[in-house]
Amino acid sequence: MRAIKRRSIVLATTSATAFALILTGCSAPSGSGDIPAGCEAYADYQGNSGTEVEIYTTVVSPEAELFQESFTEFEDCTGITINWNGSKEFEAQLPVRVEGGTAPDLAVFPQPGLLAAMAATGKLLPASDAVAASVEANYSPDWKNYGTVDGTFYASPLGANVKSFVWYSPKTFKDNGWDIPTTWDELLALSDKIATTSDVQPWCAGFESGDATGWVGTDWMEDIVLRFGGAEVYDKWVSHEIPFNDPAIVEAIGKAGQILKNPEYVGDVPSIATTSFQTGGAGIVDGSCAMHRQASFIGGILVADQGATIVTPDDTTTEGGITTFYFPGATADDKPALGGGEFIGAFADRPEVQAVQLYLTTPEWNNKKAALGGWFSANLGLDTANVADPVNANAVEILKNATTFRFDGSDLMPAAVGAGSFWKEMTAWVAEDKSDKAVLDAIEASWPK
Amino acid sequence: MWIVTARSPFATVLPNIVLLLVGLVVFVAIIVLIFVLSERTKEKTQNRLKYFVFLGPALLLLIIGLIYPAIRTLYLSFFDARSENFIGLQNYIWAFTQPEILIVLRNTLIWTIVVPIASTTIGLAIAYLTDRMKYAGLVKSLIFMPMAISFVGASIIWKFVYAYQPDPNKEDIGLLSAIFKAIGLTPPNWLLEAPLNTFLLIAVMVWIQTGFAMVVLSAAMKAVPDDIIEASMLDGAKGWARFTRITIPMIWGSVIVVLTTITVTSLKVFDIIRTMTGGNFQTSVIANEMYQQSFRALNYGTGSALAMILFLGVLPLIIFNVRQVRKEREVH
Repeated sequence: MRAIKRRSIVLATTSATAFALILTGCSAPSGSGDIPAGCEAYADYQGNSGTEVEIYTTVVSPEAELFQESFTEFEDCTGITINWNGSKEFEAQLPVRVEGGTAPDLAVFPQPGLLAAMAATGKLLPASDAVAASVEANYSPDWKNYGTVDGTFYASPLGANVKSFVWYSPKTFKDNGWDIPTTWDELLALSDKIATTSDVQPWCAGFESGDATGWVGTDWMEDIVLRFGGAEVYDKWVSHEIPFNDPAIVEAIGKAGQILKNPEYVGDVPSIATTSFQTGGAGIVDGSCAMHRQASFIGGILVADQGATIVTPDDTTTEGGITTFYFPGATADDKPALGGGEFIGAFADRPEVQAVQLYLTTPEWNNKKAALGGWFSANLGLDTANVADPVNANAVEILKNATTFRFDGSDLMPAAVGAGSFWKEMTAWVAEDKSDKAVLDAIEASWPK
Repeated sequence: MWIVTARSPFATVLPNIVLLLVGLVVFVAIIVLIFVLSERTKEKTQNRLKYFVFLGPALLLLIIGLIYPAIRTLYLSFFDARSENFIGLQNYIWAFTQPEILIVLRNTLIWTIVVPIASTTIGLAIAYLTDRMKYAGLVKSLIFMPMAISFVGASIIWKFVYAYQPDPNKEDIGLLSAIFKAIGLTPPNWLLEAPLNTFLLIAVMVWIQTGFAMVVLSAAMKAVPDDIIEASMLDGAKGWARFTRITIPMIWGSVIVVLTTITVTSLKVFDIIRTMTGGNFQTSVIANEMYQQSFRALNYGTGSALAMILFLGVLPLIIFNVRQVRKEREVH
C-alpha cells in the first residue's frame, strides 16, 4: 500500500510538471530588438515577437489562403503569428464563444447586425485610438460609421462588395443587337424584347443558399427601395422608422415582382427558390439567359464553377465572357450604389492584437491583398491598378465616387429580420407564390419590439 | 489557450493529444489517490464513501451536462430575446399563435406519427418475411446499411434523388424526376410542394430507421421458442393467424421499444430538414426552428421555449419506455 501511495504521488507530480510546461510553452517571452532588414515599413508593429493573434471569420479555403499569403511579410517582420480561423458556422459559434469566455482575439463580422449584438454584450472592445485614427484617414466617414455602435467605434472595415450590378455577356448582347438599358423602363422594355424576339430567357436568378436561402431576394428589395424610395426612405426602412409594409416598400416589392415573378422573364418562378445562388447565373455564361442581378463577388464563382471569363464591356468577342452593367434606376442620372462589407473587431486589447487590427486598415495591406486577386475594399488608398478584374475595378471606382452609397439593409436590420424572416419570406414569395402584402405583413410582425 | 490554426493541422492536433494524455494521467492519479485514501478509512465510512466514489462522478457530470442546462433553459424561456426582462408566458403564447410556428408544430406531429409507424411496420414485415429465408443475411445487411450513413449524408443523397431541373432543355440529374419523365409524367418541383415535401423528407428518415426496426424485431423473433410455433401449427394456425396471434404478442415488448425509440428520434429530427430545405417551404420542425430562433435570430427566449416544448414532448415517451422495460423485467 505504501508503494502504491508513493507511486501515485510521483504520478501526480509528473503530471503537474507537464501541465506547467504546457502553460509556459504557449506564452513564450516576447522578444524585442532591432528591426530586421527590409522590414522598415513594419516599424510601428514591433515589440510583439513570439505572440499569436487569432482571427475568427467566415472565410474558409480557398479564399483563406490568400489572406494567409497577404500576412506573410507582416508575420516575418514582426514575429506575430496570425492564426486565420475560418468557420462556416461563424455566426452561430461566435455568440457561443463570447458567452463561454473563449472569445477570439479578432472577429470578422460579415454583418453590422451581429457586430451590434456583440457590442451589446460588453465583451467587444472599442477600437484603439491608433486604429480609429487610421480608419478616419483611410476610409470615408460612412464606413467608419458602419463599425460604430451607439456612438462608440468598435470595428474597422475589411473587405467590401458592390451589389448594384446586372451581369451579362457582352457577346450575347452584341450578337443579338441588344443595348445596355440605363433606366428601369428600358430594362423592362429590353426584357420584353428578349422574351418575344429570341429563345433566350431574359433573366435568371437563384435564391438557394443553405440555411441562408433567400438573401438574394433581400438584395433585390434593397436595390429597388434605394432606387424608387430614395436614400431617406431606405434609411427609415432599415431603422424601422417606417413599418416594413409601408407603401414605399409595397411599391418596391411590386417592382421586384415585375421581373422575378414574371414567368415570361424567369421561366419557372418557384424553382428560383431551389436554384443555388452559385448556379443562378450559369445561364449567362452558356447563353441560355441574358441578365443576372448579383453582387460583384459572383464573378469569381462563375469563373471557377462555369468557366466564365471576366471581360470589359467592350470585349464582345470572347465566348463565355461576362461583365456587368449598372442596375438601372428610375432615370439614367439616378445612380445610388448598394454594397456590403466585413468589419473586424477585437475582443482582446493585447498590443499584438491592436497591431494586427491597425495593420489591416492601412493602404499597404489593402493593396497587397487586392493584388492577390478576387478581393477589394473601401480603403481610399487602394490603387485601382492593383485590382486586375475589370468588374472589381469598376466596383472600387463606384465605392470611391458614388454620391449615394448605402450598406446592405438586411445586414443592418436585427438578426430576427435581417437573417431570419426577411430571408424566409422572400423565399416563400417566389416558392409558394405568397402575395406581396402577406410577405411584408409577416416580416413587419416579426420585427423585435 | 490552444488556438486553432489554419496553417498546420499537426500543430493543432499535437497540443490536443498532449493535453489529452495529461488529462488521462491526472484522472488516473486522482482515482488511485481516492482508492488509496478510502482504503485507509474505517469500514463504516467506507460503505458510505463507496456510494460517493462510484456515483459521485456520474452524478456530477449529469448535473453539469443535463440538469443545470435543463433548468437554465426553462428559466430563459420566460425571458425576452436578450434574457434581460421577465416576460412570463409570452414566448409560449408566441409559439402557439404564430402561424409559421403552428406549421412547425404540425410538421413535428406528422413526423412523430408517420415515421415510427412506417419504419416499424416495414421493418416488422421484412423481419418476418426474411425470418427463415435463404440469403436472409444479405437482404438484411442491405436494408440495415442506411443506418450506418449519417443523417446529413443521407440527406445529401436524397437531395439528388429529388433534384429538379426547371429548364426543359437541360439534362435532369434527379432520379425521381427522370423516372417520372420516362413514364411520360411531368415531375413537380419535389421539395417545393407542401405538404408533399414533408412526406418526401419523412421517406429519408424511414429509409434510415427501417433497418434498425428490422434488426431489433428480427432478433426478438428468433427468441420466440420453437415449441410454441409448433404447437400453434398443430392447432391448425395458418401464416397470418400465426403472425398476429403468436409472433406479434410474443415480441410486443420489442415492438414498443422500437416504436418509442424511433418516435424520440423523429421528435428531435434536425439534420435532414436543415440539409434538404433549411426549414423553408413549410417543412420546418421544432428542433430546426429552435436552432433558427436561438442562433440565427439570436432570440434565446423563443429558442428556449421551443426547446421546452420539445422536452415536454419527449418526456412522456421516455417515462413510458422506462416503465415498459421495468415491466418486462418483472415478467422474466
